[in-house]
Amino acid sequence: MDYEFHWSIVWRHMPEMLQGAFVTLHVSVLSMLIGILIATPLAIAKLNHNKFFSPIATVWVEIARNTPGLFQIYMAYFGLGALGIHLSPYVAVLCALAFVNTGYLTETFRGGFQSIPKTQYSAAKSLGMSRFQSYRHIILPQMFRRIYHPMTNQFIWAILMSSLGILVGMNELSGETQRLQSLSFRTLEFFIVAAVMYFIITKLVLLSTALIARKLFKGEI
Amino acid sequence: MIQIKNVHKSFDDLAVLKGINLTVNKGEALSIIGGSGSGKSTLLYCINAIESIQQGQILVDDIDVHASHTNQDKLRQKLGMVFQQWNAFPHLTVLENAALAPRIVKKMRKEEAIEIAKKELIHVGLGDKLDMYPTKMSGGQQQRLAIARALAMRPDYMLFDEITSALDPELVGEVLDTLRMLRDDGITMICVTHEIAFAREVSDTVAYFHQGVIEEIGPPEQVISNPQKQTTQHFLRKVL
Repeated sequence: MDYEFHWSIVWRHMPEMLQGAFVTLHVSVLSMLIGILIATPLAIAKLNHNKFFSPIATVWVEIARNTPGLFQIYMAYFGLGALGIHLSPYVAVLCALAFVNTGYLTETFRGGFQSIPKTQYSAAKSLGMSRFQSYRHIILPQMFRRIYHPMTNQFIWAILMSSLGILVGMNELSGETQRLQSLSFRTLEFFIVAAVMYFIITKLVLLSTALIARKLFKGEI
Repeated sequence: MIQIKNVHKSFDDLAVLKGINLTVNKGEALSIIGGSGSGKSTLLYCINAIESIQQGQILVDDIDVHASHTNQDKLRQKLGMVFQQWNAFPHLTVLENAALAPRIVKKMRKEEAIEIAKKELIHVGLGDKLDMYPTKMSGGQQQRLAIARALAMRPDYMLFDEITSALDPELVGEVLDTLRMLRDDGITMICVTHEIAFAREVSDTVAYFHQGVIEEIGPPEQVISNPQKQTTQHFLRKVL
């Protein structure tokens, strides 16, 4: 093996790499927030067998869970593009990630809701709480506590899947790495550093979610 | 006053209540006894509209509970309920458990809600547990918390659904003592219970439910000590 490593070029481009890492984090966080916001009502609709939204939720979940992420990003970028809806790479990847997150989280949330004893609903009701108040103060806080760790996994998955942004020319960490290595041909160095950065990002995310959990969830379930 | 007039209730094909008539006046304590499946718990769920009814009428202070124009959320503020399975809200402290509903349902100021909650919690003997989480407490303590939480809403009536049935035997006493205390306070209550001795001691009226009908009703000296119907005698022989 006579490959000679040249790291200095990577250090010179560190600011761009860090910028790419920031975009990666940014798009994943946003896709999670959107996923949570849509998955919550979809899970409730599914549990209540809502005539209109429950079938939508089912179709959404099935597509999101049974098609490759690559396909979803292509659909958002090239597919919609063919129909005349031109999204920027960032928005296309965000849509695809949010779509998949919503699909998985809907099922996770549904399981979370189901794990809460029916008597909690009755107790809230018997105190005169409206349906909305029961969900807001009693059911949702307990549900989020129970699905917090599965949700964290989904977040990590979103960070890693965002690397597919490379395929539509997005300037997230992988796309940025791709661009930089093509300028210098130091492929191995750039991708090793990128891999280490992904590793650090996910570890930092896990650490911060654990810290947030400790602050948020004082009582035990 | 709670008036129950010819109430019928069924789950699909299973008729659970078959024409119940009952009146509970302010300040009275009614105990409902009977075997499992006799419909006694279902009646409580119908009184506070957690379950619907198919026929008849339930009036709480002349408000028709199941009428379509009745605001049931508001109506439930009149009716405190404690369940068989103690269901404290596990994500809230003892104090937050009791203060939440007064604050968000009755729209009280936070300080006011906390003050009322504290008072009720001290009343049931949980004054030293305010900042604890309920999962750290015994079943008896959690059940007393459920009572205080219901009382903090200052209901006009209390409904108790076999609240000692799921407790370890040694914890039953503290919960019954709390009920006795409420009785001394003159709170109107309907207790579905298996504690026959307790029913005899605290109730003004005892109703024996059998297969969805009231088989026998009257003062405890009569129904429990001197039952007329064979089914009642049979039931009491089994449980006493």
